Amino acid sequence: MLLQLFFSFFQIGLFSIGGGYAAMPLIQEQVVDLHNWLTMTQFADIMTIAEMTPGPIAINSATFVGIQIAGIPGALVATFGCILPSCVIVLTLAYVYYRFRGLNVVQGVLAGLRPAVVAMIASAGISLFSMTLYGQRSFPADLTGLNVISLLIFAVGFFILRKWKVSPIAVMMGSGAAGIILSLLF
Amino acid sequence: MGKTEKFKKLFFSTFQISACTFGGGFVIIPLLRKKFVEELGWIEEQEMLDLTAIAQSSPGAIAVNASILVGYRVAGFPGALVTIFGTILPPFLIISIISLFYKAFRDNVYVSMAMTGMLAGVTAVIFDVVYTMGKNIFKQKRVLPVLVLAGSFIATYFFKVNIVWIILVCAIVGMADTLYTEKKKKEAK
Repeated sequence: MLLQLFFSFFQIGLFSIGGGYAAMPLIQEQVVDLHNWLTMTQFADIMTIAEMTPGPIAINSATFVGIQIAGIPGALVATFGCILPSCVIVLTLAYVYYRFRGLNVVQGVLAGLRPAVVAMIASAGISLFSMTLYGQRSFPADLTGLNVISLLIFAVGFFILRKWKVSPIAVMMGSGAAGIILSLLF
Repeated sequence: MGKTEKFKKLFFSTFQISACTFGGGFVIIPLLRKKFVEELGWIEEQEMLDLTAIAQSSPGAIAVNASILVGYRVAGFPGALVTIFGTILPPFLIISIISLFYKAFRDNVYVSMAMTGMLAGVTAVIFDVVYTMGKNIFKQKRVLPVLVLAGSFIATYFFKVNIVWIILVCAIVGMADTLYTEKKKKEAK
């Protein structure tokens, strides 16, 4: 079990390029789809908690998943697995950088990856959008019966983010408060 | 500054920064820059930009990557170990505590309402990130990146292709594209 945790988070660490949002679809794949360690609702909770608390999303979810599955040792193993690839690769790149600054082929590989990263984040975003509206990962055949309050919060949140560039954490806090107030009102 | 003094400074700087970085890696970079370039003067401005590019384009969390680079730059491999530790300790402690109370936390009706609202909030944040990143891709006015974006989206969303394969294929496409453009540039000369 611990070994499996280690390898899952090793893969997440190794293949998430471009920050926390890029790690999200990978975590979902490993933790929800492949190993059934968490349900989609729990996964959505983690993403929310990870966003609310300081620290990288990947580290936060490694700690959380690890504890849920195998206690503190699980958390240690998952976190270690998650950062090991970074350590090795970043230290190698740092070494290379200080020897040969600026490499065209490396730049090219990164340029090729950027659009793919956007696509994967979008895909995970749509899964979460469906969770928001219908409480399930893929859109139901019958699109009526959606959660209107959530749709409203989503729309207002998105508008505020685009319009005023406020910090995500402020939007999340506001959304949480709006969730309580609107649910009590209606 | 003595060696132990330096390690202490590295540890507490990264610990502090990590403990108050909400919302992912893009936030930690300006904080690291402020501390290590402006305050301590251990890293040059241009160098910090390069390190940022490396941190962003390497696999893993940007915050962890950036800390590793800063630690390595200031005090070599041991320095990197110190900064890694400083960076992951705060989220590790905080999440451990939250997850202990997760069940009671989740079953509370108000928490549940707030979480439902916040899920909508996170989704909005993610859509905002996608919009901003996507705009930069379309701004390049090149066909290939747009094709890569569309192809990867169809592959992940509709066909559930393993992400690892998509990354490998796109890396090869990017490399081939660079080599091809460079060859054309050389021929043009």
